[in-house]
Amino acid sequence: MYDDDDKLMEAASALVAKGIRVKDVFSPFPVHGIDPIIGVKRTRLGIVAFMFATTGTTLALLGMWYFMISDWPMNIGGKPSFSLIENLPAFIPVTFEFSVLCGAHGMAITYLLRNGTLPGMPATNPDPRTTDDKFVIEITTEQNALSAAEMETAIKETQLFELSIKDYE
Amino acid sequence: MQKEAAIREPLILGDKSYKDITDDVVGPIEGPAPIGWKIMITISSIVAVYGVGSILYLLGTGIGVWGLNKTVGWAWDITNFVWWVGIGHAGTLISAVLLLFRQKWRMAINRSAEAMTIFAVIMAAIFPGIHMGRIWVSYWVLPLPNQFGSLWVNFNSPLLWDVFAISTYFSVSLVFWYIGLIPDFATIRDRMTKPLSKKIYGLLSFGWSGRAKHWNRFEEVSLVLAGIATPLVFSVHSIVSMDFATSIVPGWHTTIFPPYFVSGAVFSGFAMVQTLLLIMRKGMKLENYIHVKHVEYMNIVIIVTGSIVGVAYLTELFISWYSGVEYESYAFINRFSGPYSWAYWIMMTCNVISPQLFWFKKIRRSLIATFVLSIVVNIGMWFERYVIIVTSVHRDYDPSSWGEFHPTSVDVGVFIGTLGIFFTLFLGFARFFPVLALNELKTILKSSGENFKKKQANH
Repeated sequence: MYDDDDKLMEAASALVAKGIRVKDVFSPFPVHGIDPIIGVKRTRLGIVAFMFATTGTTLALLGMWYFMISDWPMNIGGKPSFSLIENLPAFIPVTFEFSVLCGAHGMAITYLLRNGTLPGMPATNPDPRTTDDKFVIEITTEQNALSAAEMETAIKETQLFELSIKDYE
Repeated sequence: MQKEAAIREPLILGDKSYKDITDDVVGPIEGPAPIGWKIMITISSIVAVYGVGSILYLLGTGIGVWGLNKTVGWAWDITNFVWWVGIGHAGTLISAVLLLFRQKWRMAINRSAEAMTIFAVIMAAIFPGIHMGRIWVSYWVLPLPNQFGSLWVNFNSPLLWDVFAISTYFSVSLVFWYIGLIPDFATIRDRMTKPLSKKIYGLLSFGWSGRAKHWNRFEEVSLVLAGIATPLVFSVHSIVSMDFATSIVPGWHTTIFPPYFVSGAVFSGFAMVQTLLLIMRKGMKLENYIHVKHVEYMNIVIIVTGSIVGVAYLTELFISWYSGVEYESYAFINRFSGPYSWAYWIMMTCNVISPQLFWFKKIRRSLIATFVLSIVVNIGMWFERYVIIVTSVHRDYDPSSWGEFHPTSVDVGVFIGTLGIFFTLFLGFARFFPVLALNELKTILKSSGENFKKKQANH
């Protein structure tokens, strides 16, 4: 556990340089630059949002084509609805709104599902202080070739605030 | 770590650590409710109850109890609707547009501005709903299969675009707000000692733990949501303006309406943010986070948008004369010299002249002046919508059907009531929610905090 984000960064780099695999980092706010050090890849949620938004665009256009052109064409103010392309300007606002609606909600729901952060889920941070002002690096022995004692010395070389060793068996 | 020029004013004053930020924001939630809060919520809930009563009376009797007549079919109801939607524009603008522009000062105000947005949009949505008269058939605005043909809703109509725009805007703002709230609810959850509040905040925080991967996703989601919410902000009020602009009523049939309405919305939204935040920072002792610099930044936005609104008023006047269309010219001459000229001149004074006072640095940085002017702007923007709506329809092409609008007590009751509901919701938010974005403020402490800036300067 560390009490400063800069110390956390230094420690993480030092540990990774020694060949120790960091399982996870818990922090009260996004620490910029930690991801490449501990090997967290850039998220693909942006692509997800784009896919949901295009689905929305398609659905909106398809729906309006069916309602206004195919199923029940109406002559409104002398501007009849005979083809999608002629009516398209009037359909743009709803198409846009529906794309945003699908993109935003699709992305948000995917984000919550992938995180496993849903209503009623238990908190999994190892220490309640990590949502306040402390930073935790989690390292497990199973993921590492080094022995527990070796890792402990390596960890103690960093600007540590607290070290807790837990035995999960 | 990001660096910032030392001459820039710090955004977080005082000698703060990460822990202090948590304590300052979460502290008021843990403590007992202050007496001022109790007084305010009592008053606003009484007003809210009166408003709910007025709405129920209206729904039970019919919209004939409003002052509407066959000439003026839209008056206070739609004025209030546009006014509330306009106020609801500042929140998403602050959080989305300013996020894209990497404006760090937004972090102290975005949470409460977004809350204000959501509550204001709820208030706005009441009006078209009750204006229908038969609110129980309001599902007719949705393209649902039905027994009339199927006769579908008209997708060529701006009123239907509005249905989509407002509902999208509301739900996307809500999601954006909540995604940001989750980590802060987790902070509160981990501090709470009482089992019940721990449980409630635990539920609200969705089990957030602050893993590196989750933060990585969190930042991406915030950025993408900001990216798509930005055009959404502009589209919503553009569509609201098209409710008017696509009609043939002189005074409404103008192409400048979309940009004019959007800047008017931002203008009134920021004014409302000022009104609320100036009270909140005092009441919750958040002066170190929302200080004079933040107020000044917001006042600058008010000058810019207020000036755009002023230019739009003058352009309208000029074009109505220059177009050579006598109906258009008359509509505008009638606005500033007809029976509603008093409303026009209130609008002009409040919206065009008063924000220009912010060019003076003394006034811009004075909290009292800002508070007074923000209320003036809110009044002015209400009158802007009143002028646009009522003066345009009360005298149209056919002089035999000219008429006037006089509000009834139900008109007033419903409007005052929505103010009561709005303030009740906002006070509830201020009491139980993290009013500042904790996780975002902590990221700027080292680049924009006063103590860290001093350290940097001493190096």
